[in-house]
Amino acid sequence: MFALIVHRVFWLVPTLLVISIISFVIIQLPPGDYLTSYIAALEETGQTVDYERVEALRQRYHLDRPMSLQYLYWMGGIVQGDLGMSFEWNRPVRDLIGERLMLTMVISISTLLFTWALAIPIGIYSAVRQYSWGDYTFTFVGFIGLATPNFLLALIFMYVGFTFFDVSPGGLFSEQYEDAPWSIGKFADLMRHIWIPVIVIGTAGTAGLIRVMRGNLLDELQKQYVITARAKGLPYWKLLFKYPVRVALNPLISTIGWLLPTIIGGEIIVSVVLGLPTTGPLLLNALMNQDMFLAGSMVMVLALLTVIGTLLSDILLLWLDPRIRYEKK
Amino acid sequence: MTDEKQQPDPKEPESVASPEAPPDVLTASQWKLMWWKFRKHKLAVWAGFLLLVLYFVAAFCEFLAPYPLDYRDVDYAYAPPQPIRLVSEDGIHLRPFVYAIEGERHPETRRKIYTENTDERLTVRFFVRGESYRFWGLFETDWHLFGVEDGGTVHLLGTDSLGRDLLSRILYGSRISLTIGLVGVTMSFVLGLAIGAISGFYGGWIDNLIQRFIEIIQSFPSIPLWMALAAALPDTWSPLQIYFGITVVLSLIGWTGLARQVRGKILSLREEDFTTAAVLGGTGQWRIMWRHLLPSFMSHIIVSLTLAVPTMILAETALSFLGLGLQPPVTSWGVLLTEAQNVQAVAAQPWLLTPVFFVIIAVLAFNFLGDGLRDAADPYSK
Repeated sequence: MFALIVHRVFWLVPTLLVISIISFVIIQLPPGDYLTSYIAALEETGQTVDYERVEALRQRYHLDRPMSLQYLYWMGGIVQGDLGMSFEWNRPVRDLIGERLMLTMVISISTLLFTWALAIPIGIYSAVRQYSWGDYTFTFVGFIGLATPNFLLALIFMYVGFTFFDVSPGGLFSEQYEDAPWSIGKFADLMRHIWIPVIVIGTAGTAGLIRVMRGNLLDELQKQYVITARAKGLPYWKLLFKYPVRVALNPLISTIGWLLPTIIGGEIIVSVVLGLPTTGPLLLNALMNQDMFLAGSMVMVLALLTVIGTLLSDILLLWLDPRIRYEKK
Repeated sequence: MTDEKQQPDPKEPESVASPEAPPDVLTASQWKLMWWKFRKHKLAVWAGFLLLVLYFVAAFCEFLAPYPLDYRDVDYAYAPPQPIRLVSEDGIHLRPFVYAIEGERHPETRRKIYTENTDERLTVRFFVRGESYRFWGLFETDWHLFGVEDGGTVHLLGTDSLGRDLLSRILYGSRISLTIGLVGVTMSFVLGLAIGAISGFYGGWIDNLIQRFIEIIQSFPSIPLWMALAAALPDTWSPLQIYFGITVVLSLIGWTGLARQVRGKILSLREEDFTTAAVLGGTGQWRIMWRHLLPSFMSHIIVSLTLAVPTMILAETALSFLGLGLQPPVTSWGVLLTEAQNVQAVAAQPWLLTPVFFVIIAVLAFNFLGDGLRDAADPYSK
């Protein structure tokens, strides 16, 4: 197992290098850069353009150099923990991401807890009472939950909330707490607002997890050892939770690592629709405005977290489920 | 996976045949067995039928839609849906009708308030002449499936901010939304099949290189990648170019999973007896590949393709909704939904949300169909 981890970590380095190149190329794909679109925007509104300042900016961020050199400058910064500057915000990228990270994490973790709290019991119920009335209901609702894209669900929620409950579900805070320092009142306000994004983001995941949980548990319940344990006189519920459920929980562990990228990426589209102050809308904006260091660094960080997350899940699985073997041929 | 070969197990024909199946189940071809098995999945059959209807609508939308795509009823902006009725105060009518609507500006908010004029019944007629359009861009005609007499309006799902009929726009939008998934899937299919086949067939360092490359692509979070690529499409492109640009973007990620499946199948099938027999018989590599290996896992490929279509439909909807995908005047369901971004607009004009239901129905239908096909793909299993 140790050899495997070393092998995987060794592969991490070239993978990340290629990822960083691809990220950089993608960000550079649109013609022009932030400064050209900045000049165009100024000229369109009839304002004077300070060409000296633009030229200074261009030199400061090495935009006048060839692309390969620009990449090296950018990479050099990242290795030292400097993610570059955002043109649009005129602030370091690290601060911008950091600011919004806390709320993104709160939403992601709440969503995860919501998903598990709902999906695990329902999945177990559906498997144990297969083809019962309740199983059919959950299956049907689950399919609809899977088919409805998150952002459309967000739209429907906003409509229902606005028309029938007279609350505007956008954002995470009421107006008076928007810029207020943290207090019990602000926390309570957050709790009042957070359930909508949590439900909206969590629905598809819950539906998917119910299907997986049900399928896995059904497979386990048919196995020989369940019959043997029953024949020995082990009570049904004790047996259920001691063996098959534990095995069926594997997919939860194998996906726990994917949590890492969602902590930063959040549900980008849902966040845009609901106007959440998370990292998602920041990325969208950066992409649309060719704010290249902000966008590039965010895509890079997301990819990095996905790779590390997958590695962590694999290691966790290996550790928790001794039946899994990664054999090398 | 020995059950891939065309030898039905004579011991369990019952599990394969539907109750009314003829006794020739032992001699039926693999495709026939699949069809019988598929037929047993009622939900999937219905979903398949529904999809046929949807694609039929998409194909003939010019004729089926009561108005052309960009026809503007200037006096009827944000008009509410006019439901089809059979019952009026005078009793039951044999021919369906809608009530005429009249708009009046609210004295303070200046918003137009529409009321139904129950005195004026507009009979819905079939095969009527209306606004002219070019059918498939080939010839000019003005026949529509249904409509009302001249001067009346029939907006079954209401109108948008410019007074364009929402039902007509949804029907036209289905043409884009439903085909973009198919085109994208075809592209990932070609890419995935070719690269997966090369990887599995040649093995060695080529295989290793391709697999590492796939891992790297898969380690990119898909939505940010989609967004970044879609944002990179130049503004100067024509709508058609953007359409193909978006499908390429969508299929760029889809092919990796397929390539892995193809590779896995080829790796296992390469060791099968029938491959060895073909090799011993002096069959060429390409012939073995296309004639012997490919047909054995074709059904599985079709299943994964069916399940990939809804993902692409959703991705297109999401990108267009964000303004990164297709742009007006091209009309897809996602583009239509951009009007519903504002809560106030949706609260005042809830019918703007109707494209959502078309998206959900199409996606559900593809999922159910894929589910049924997955069961049918392996007709020898229980």
